[in-house]
Order: sequence, then C-alpha cells, then structure tokens
Amino acid sequence: MSANAQSTADPIIICRDVHKWYGNYHALRGINMEVRRGEVVVVFGPSGSGKSTFIRTINRLEEHQRGQIIVDGIELTHDVRNIERIRMETGMVFQQFNLFPHLTVLDNITLAPIWVRGWTKAQAEEIAMQLLKRVGIPEQARKYPGQLSGGQQQRVAIARALAMQPKIMLFDEPTSALDPEMIKEVLDVMVELAESGMTMIVVTHEMGFARAVADTMYFFDQGQIVESGTPDQIFGDPREARTKLFLSQVLSH
Amino acid sequence: MSAETPTVSKSAEALPPPTERYSVVRWLHKNLFSTWYNTLLTIVMLILAALIARGVLEWALTQARWEVITANLRLFMVGQYPISALWRIWACVALLAFLIGVSWGIWGRMQRGGAAAFGALPFVLAMITSDEPSRLALVITGIAGVVGYALSWRWGAALQRVSIIGWILYFPILFVLVSGFGASDSVLPPVPTSLWGGLLLTLLLTVVGIVFSFPLGVLLALGRQSNLPVISWLCVIYIELIRGVPFISVLFMAQLMLPLFLPGVTIDRVVRAMAGVVIFSAAYLAENVRGGLQSIPRGQYEAARALGLNSWKMMLLIILPQALRAVIPILVGQFIALFKDTSLVVIVGLLDLMGIAKTVLAQPDFLGLQAEVYTFVAFVYGVFCYLMSAFSQRLEAKLHAGR
Repeated sequence: MSANAQSTADPIIICRDVHKWYGNYHALRGINMEVRRGEVVVVFGPSGSGKSTFIRTINRLEEHQRGQIIVDGIELTHDVRNIERIRMETGMVFQQFNLFPHLTVLDNITLAPIWVRGWTKAQAEEIAMQLLKRVGIPEQARKYPGQLSGGQQQRVAIARALAMQPKIMLFDEPTSALDPEMIKEVLDVMVELAESGMTMIVVTHEMGFARAVADTMYFFDQGQIVESGTPDQIFGDPREARTKLFLSQVLSH
Repeated sequence: MSAETPTVSKSAEALPPPTERYSVVRWLHKNLFSTWYNTLLTIVMLILAALIARGVLEWALTQARWEVITANLRLFMVGQYPISALWRIWACVALLAFLIGVSWGIWGRMQRGGAAAFGALPFVLAMITSDEPSRLALVITGIAGVVGYALSWRWGAALQRVSIIGWILYFPILFVLVSGFGASDSVLPPVPTSLWGGLLLTLLLTVVGIVFSFPLGVLLALGRQSNLPVISWLCVIYIELIRGVPFISVLFMAQLMLPLFLPGVTIDRVVRAMAGVVIFSAAYLAENVRGGLQSIPRGQYEAARALGLNSWKMMLLIILPQALRAVIPILVGQFIALFKDTSLVVIVGLLDLMGIAKTVLAQPDFLGLQAEVYTFVAFVYGVFCYLMSAFSQRLEAKLHAGR
C-alpha cells in the first residue's frame, strides 16, 4: 500500500506550525505534518508527549492556538459549520471506546448517519449491519454496549465511526484500555481497514502494527516531532538518541 | 511449590451454588432471637405493636364516625364542582383508565398481578358505593381500563405510538373538559375555577406542576452550563433566588406580584397558584438535572461531537437521555414532594384536599372529628405517593434492562 499512497500525492491533512497551550503549559510546540490520501500514519512517543492532544486537534476536540490545520481543503477556524463538516469527514476511535451506553449496538452505529447525514432508518441499518459483519460481530447488533467485551466494544466503535463514511480515521490509543487477549481482534480490523486504502492517523504503542501497515511514523516528545520516517528507517536506523531510547524501552518486552 | 498443592483445581466443571435450607424456626432464630438482647427487643416490640394495633382498630371500628367522610365524599373529591358537570370529571377518569390500560398492556406485561388488582379496583368501588350515578361511572371506568388492556395485549407494538400521542393529548383534553368553554348554555359550559377543589384541584396542581416544571427545569439546567455568560448567569440567579425563599412566599408572590407585572390582564387565582408551583419546582428540578448532567463522562460529549452532532442533537440524543435516567429516583422524589406541597395553597385561599378538610371540620354536624378527617386525607395522599414511587421503580427497572 506504500507505493499506492505515494502515487496519489495530494495531501488531505496539512498541519503547519501547530501550537497548543494548556494554561501556561506548552503542549504542542510547532507541529508540521502532511498526510496524503490513503496514507497510514503512526504517531508514537512517551506519555505526555502531546500525541493525543495533536490527534484531537485534527477534528477540533482540542483547539489549536497558533498555526494552521487544513483537512480536505477546509481550514479549521472558529467557524462552527467548517468544524461540523470536518467532523463528518473524520471518524474517531477513542481509548475508552465511548460508546453510548443507553443505545443498542445498532442504534449506536445508525445514530449519526440518521441525524447528521439524514439517511433513512432502513438505509442506515443496512449499512450498519454490513459494517458489523466487516468487524466480525453482526450477532451483537441488538445488545447494549455494557453486555460486550472490551474488544467487541472497540470494534463497534470502529463500525460507528465508519458508518459516517469518513475520508479519514483517527485512532487515539485504540488498544491501550484492552485486555491483552483482545488487542489482536481490534488490530486485525485496523489492518484490514488500512489495506482497504483508508487514510489513518493512529496513536499507538503497538509497534508490530506500525511495522506491518504504517507508511510513515512520527516520534513525538515534549510537544514536538523528534523524528519521522518509514518503519524501516525508524526501526532499522533511528537517527535521534531519544527515539533509540524510547524504542528500546517499548520493544524490550 | 510442592507437588501436593496443585495450582490447578481438578474439578473444573461448573457447580450449582450451595443451597441453604430455611425452616420457619431457623428464620425466626436468625432474624428475631439471635441473641438475648435481640430476643428482648423482639418481645418489647411485639407488645408495643399489639397495643398500638388494638388501640387503632378499636377506634377505627367502634368509635370513629366515618359518616363525616361518606357524607362529604364528593366535596373531598371535587370540591364544589357542579353536579350537572360531574360527568366530565368521570369522562377524564375513564379516559385515564383506558390510557393506563393500554400502556400497561404495552410496557408492563410482566406485572399481571398488579394489572388485575388495578383493573378490579373500580368494580370493587362500584360494589361498595351507594350512589347510583357513581356506580355507573365506576363500572364504565373499569370497562374502559379492561378494554384498553385487552386492545394493547392484542396489538401491543402497533399501539405504542398511538398511546404516546394519547398521553400527550390527554392533558389538553383534561383541561378543556374540566374548565369548559363558550357560553353558559354551550355543550361544555365553563366551570369557574373557584368551584374546583378537593382531590381534583390537588391533582391538577400536581400535574401542571410536573408537566411544565420539567421542561423548564431541564432548560434551566442546560442554561446554567451554557458557554454564554449572560444565559448561565440568568439561570444561576433564577435558581438560587427561588431556592433561597420558602414555597409559601413564592405562592404569595405569584398571587400578588403577577397581577402587578402584567397590569390589565386578570389571571385566574388557580392559574396563579399553578404558576407558583411551576416556578418553585423548576428551580429544584434544574439542580437535580444538573447533578445528572455532571455524572456523564466527558468521553460521551467527545464521541458525540466527533460524529458531527451539533450541540442540540448531542444534548437531546446522547446527554439528556442518560442524565435524566440517572436521576429518575431523585426526580420522582421531588414530584412526590411537589404533590404534598400543593397542600400549601390553602394559605392563598384555595380549597384543595387539605382546604376541603378544614371546611368539613367547620361543619356544625361534624365538629371535633379531626382524627377521622385527617386520617382519611393522609390515606389519600399516601395512596397516591405510593403509586408514584411504585411507578418510578418499575420505570427504573425497565430502563436498566440489559445493562
């Protein structure tokens, strides 16, 4: 998929000199990144490095205070309509799943297509069932999120994001809250999604996943991109000492 | 670790839980006579209970003059509402029975015992009563309830939407029927609110209080969390102001101040009392709903926004359903309190159930019968409060199904 991503060259996400402060704390310190259509980006780094904050600025769950973020040709500003348009094109999967506990799995998935895209219920449910088959749990459609395992919940969350037919998928540590035996079932879905040509930004510590599907990896530390490159470069020949140190800590066990 | 202590249990098959056999004697011993002081306590309590029960029963069955209730039953129920228009009240009651029957068949299929008891109630009352028109009305009410239940048992799912619309339409119908309109010789001649009274007035005040203070309270709770400082400050000021004064003063304010604020418009006294109830209740409701809103984790907001929902849709579809569910017990508690607080309208001269009790006690024939009258009033309040709390428990169980 690497070659494929290189050939469709125009960037879908452009970040130029993005800064973000929490009070006096400088969380993002000048992030520059371009993501091409179909590219799979893995963002990794120590906790507190700003990688989650960064991915959340792309759909404006966090506001950036300086710099420019352009998603699919639309610049993120205070204009609410632009923000809603970008959110419609951008699916997000959270560490804590964040499914709606008062709705069934099916209603979780069909809610946004019906209320935001204006689809009919029948249409939305048909797409939802296709997506549930794709993530491997069509038999759970009528259950409530609380009745599912963590891995199943996260797969529902992926289906829910995909139901809006987004152009971009953002994953914010999607496997960090899962028991070890459930991580694989979620990663399998993500690998399949990456291979289908979806543009993805994934914040994760799963280096096996990164090695398998990432086109580009970015190492974050202290609110900055320390190093970026293909998985071969990052794993085989990291230039920066901090990258080497971090990789040795993550890969040693 | 030695070989004698295996870390893996040999019998891995699932076993049934151990059953405990209970005999009456063991139950008594465990719960009432487990130690010498518990035994002593049990005996003392039994003696006390027996003494109280004997005294109460003796009074209720031999000394009490219950004719004060039977002779004034209509007054207690509807105040001075004209006899010629009583059929309208009965129509409301029968329609209510029908709606309850339909809803019970749709949502309460598990509670068949309760349904039977509820359905039998009008017929039992019809047998007890000595008044012919009331008997007929009670029988019609009972039949309406049973028919509604049977209909929804047969076509449950199809009637779901109809019954919700029915409930929404019920309240305007109720008010049109009770208050009437047009000239005094029309089909439904108006009944001035000064004639409304008794349980009818108490229930109307409660229903209006709940139906209007609920949306108002929710809006105030949302407004208090608003990002716009003007709105949030106005809501905070309203809530804190109303919560800072007693209900009675709000009622007086509604009676005296509303006409001052709206000069030239004469507002009915009962409507002013209703406004007072709504204004007061909304402030407390807002705080309870805010508690529910704060219990919703941030991730729910983020997930809703990430899907592209705007603020209104996020609130209506994701946040409020969960927040309100979380505070059902508190809200029902508040509605029960509101129901009982309506008795304070006596102070502004309205004759609700409590007000009627006072006028009955002033009748020359029944002087000094406070015990009978207040026992009866307490019984009526108790029954309705119990029904509200039983309903809320069913509702909670229903909404928590599958989670």
